Amino acid sequence: MSNQKVTKHTISVLVNDEPGALARVIGLFTGRGYNIDSLTVAPVNLEKKHSRIIIVTSGSQMIIEQIISSLERLIQVHKVVDLSSKNSTDERELAIVKVSFKKDKQSNIKKIAKKFKAKPIFENLKNLAFEITDSPDNINAFIAKLNVLGKIDVSRTGLIAITKD
Amino acid sequence: MNIKCIGAEIVLRSLSDKGVKILFGYPGGATLPIYDELFKQKKIKHILVRHEQGAVHAAEGYARSSGNVGVLCVTSGPGATNCVTGLADAYMDSIPLICLTGQVPTKLIGNDAFQEADTTGITRSITKHNYLIKNIKDLEKIINEAFYIAQSGRPGPVLIDLPKDILNEEYYYQSLNKKKISHPNYKPQLEVDSNSIEKVVSLIVNSKKPIFYCGGGVINSGKNACNILTKLIRKTGFPCTNTLMGLGCFPAIDKQFIGMLGMHGTYEANLAMHDSDLIIAVGSRFDDRVTGNLSKFSPYAKKIHIDIDPSSINKNVKVDIALIGDVEKIIKAIYLEIQKSNSISNSNNLKNWWLQIANWQKKNCLGYKKVNHPIKPQYAIERLYEITKNKDCFITTGVGQHQMWAAQYYKFNKPNRWMTSGGLGTMGYGLPAAIGAQIANPGKLVIDIDGEASFLMTMQELSTISQYKLPVKIFIVNNKWMGMVRQWQELIHGGRYSESYTESLPDFVKLAESFNILGFKVTKSSDVDGSINEMIKIKKPVLIDMVVDQKENCFPMIPSGAAHNEILLGPEDQREETINEEGMVLI
Repeated sequence: MSNQKVTKHTISVLVNDEPGALARVIGLFTGRGYNIDSLTVAPVNLEKKHSRIIIVTSGSQMIIEQIISSLERLIQVHKVVDLSSKNSTDERELAIVKVSFKKDKQSNIKKIAKKFKAKPIFENLKNLAFEITDSPDNINAFIAKLNVLGKIDVSRTGLIAITKD
Repeated sequence: MNIKCIGAEIVLRSLSDKGVKILFGYPGGATLPIYDELFKQKKIKHILVRHEQGAVHAAEGYARSSGNVGVLCVTSGPGATNCVTGLADAYMDSIPLICLTGQVPTKLIGNDAFQEADTTGITRSITKHNYLIKNIKDLEKIINEAFYIAQSGRPGPVLIDLPKDILNEEYYYQSLNKKKISHPNYKPQLEVDSNSIEKVVSLIVNSKKPIFYCGGGVINSGKNACNILTKLIRKTGFPCTNTLMGLGCFPAIDKQFIGMLGMHGTYEANLAMHDSDLIIAVGSRFDDRVTGNLSKFSPYAKKIHIDIDPSSINKNVKVDIALIGDVEKIIKAIYLEIQKSNSISNSNNLKNWWLQIANWQKKNCLGYKKVNHPIKPQYAIERLYEITKNKDCFITTGVGQHQMWAAQYYKFNKPNRWMTSGGLGTMGYGLPAAIGAQIANPGKLVIDIDGEASFLMTMQELSTISQYKLPVKIFIVNNKWMGMVRQWQELIHGGRYSESYTESLPDFVKLAESFNILGFKVTKSSDVDGSINEMIKIKKPVLIDMVVDQKENCFPMIPSGAAHNEILLGPEDQREETINEEGMVLI
């Protein structure tokens, strides 16, 4: 048990788009006591009926290996890739951030949004809303900046990722 | 050729074409169409159990004693939930089963209909795979696929949930079983990676204190796997220890067999594991009952792990070389490589190792005091073994002290002769499993070595035994306590025997008689042989109530949290401080 250091891993799981597939994957995590930091799922190949599940989890090297081989053991799973073990992976998250702004803070908010390359999506008398696609850390930083300027409501997709090669 | 028929008939035709001759089960509203079709045919024999848990264990006993898939059929709701314990048991011990459950009609699913339960949801984590059939067109394909999944790779139970409307709907039976089954993504790795074989052989040749540690995976791989493994072990001259699940994969009477290992394993097997320089784990999974304290587990050994399931590798113990695939193929490859190089001539190398082992064996760790009264449980099982050893017996057990004594004192020389609940530790396993074993092996001697508490959990199956006139022998090692609980309370909880004494036990002889089964009660050691001989002579079911010493404990014992070399040999080793606080919280 050489490597006990706990690290974050993004794992991509290609599954059959069938009832029970997502439940089996999630059940494996809860049943064996692994963490789920974030989870996304959507169909990616309509013809072959495949969905991709992206799970962000954390654990020692031994645990991560266990997670991967346990996932591979599931009948409905096609392919499991530990994206964090690859150098050439691109990761993103999408967030929609709505600010119920304090008086006279609109321009300030818009300035911050511009700096973070967040796209305005709607605006009314009480609220400003933006979409931002970035790393989870930058999205957190964006939300933190806006937090002092109004009441924040956020909806996030969780991390999605793909290998470059 | 396509035959038009209803879903229930498709189910039975599929089973029959898969070679299924026996179906264990219990009817109910949702499965009535299947039972109606059963009534009309003669190919499949149905065995009516008295509780659905019994159907699962009977199917397990059938599967384990024959090497085939066990098949059962139960109704929706309570029928399915009663199977949960059995399915979890089969999953833990990797037993191939097909469990057909009835379900309410598809339109009613989710409506809290009568006898509705979310069966696939409930059993998802205790089956290798499960299906809810929503379209009659998938039915036959899925049944074929289920058999493939249950038997291939690391075997396990597969459940198929069958809504009643599907069972009544007409479609075509297409004889799909004649087509080769392939699954788009389920492809267990069977073939050997030849590069690693050389490395393994070089470790084997150069080791000075090696040991084979073999488990249930060898038995699952089949008789040929056991044969080739036995050849390899004899060729190398290495000592061999088996797990509880592996007993019988290597002959117990062989000089190279040094007993079971683990919590109640022999002194020599555990010490050899601890001191070894090379562990060759074959179809075993470094279970906590085997390893004891992981941080002190076999500190000097290189470890080779041979298993079909990649997720078993490095799960508990980090190994040096992992060979993934079918045990039979891998062992054969190793055997051929060793034969080719002819390099195993290191019997001199092993001389000191065997001397050391002989020293450990001198402790006679399975010795016990012989007295006439009360009967020592070890004596009862030892005599049972001596008297039946040439009869090619099939043994099942419940869970607890009697199970461990059976594992220690009954010697298994062939695979598929020993059926016990290893992983889950399910009390009540013995009697229904014996039913399955007897049905798979008519004319053979099948003995359920049971505890009185385990027996009480599934004893309604006496009625099944009586109905089908199964000559099962029930050998109850009766100490009036939940013996293993009592032992732990004595050793770990200061002798506070909380709820472990069984008040108001039935008169087992009268109980047996009420089911038209012969019963004897035995209370003296001098009567043990006579009663066993009598039991074997009678070609009908017999129950023996063997009243044994209530205070006897099961030794050797590695207390939880302790290492192999901290094993307790007997009452004189019992000290409360042998179990540390860390060990107290473990089971």
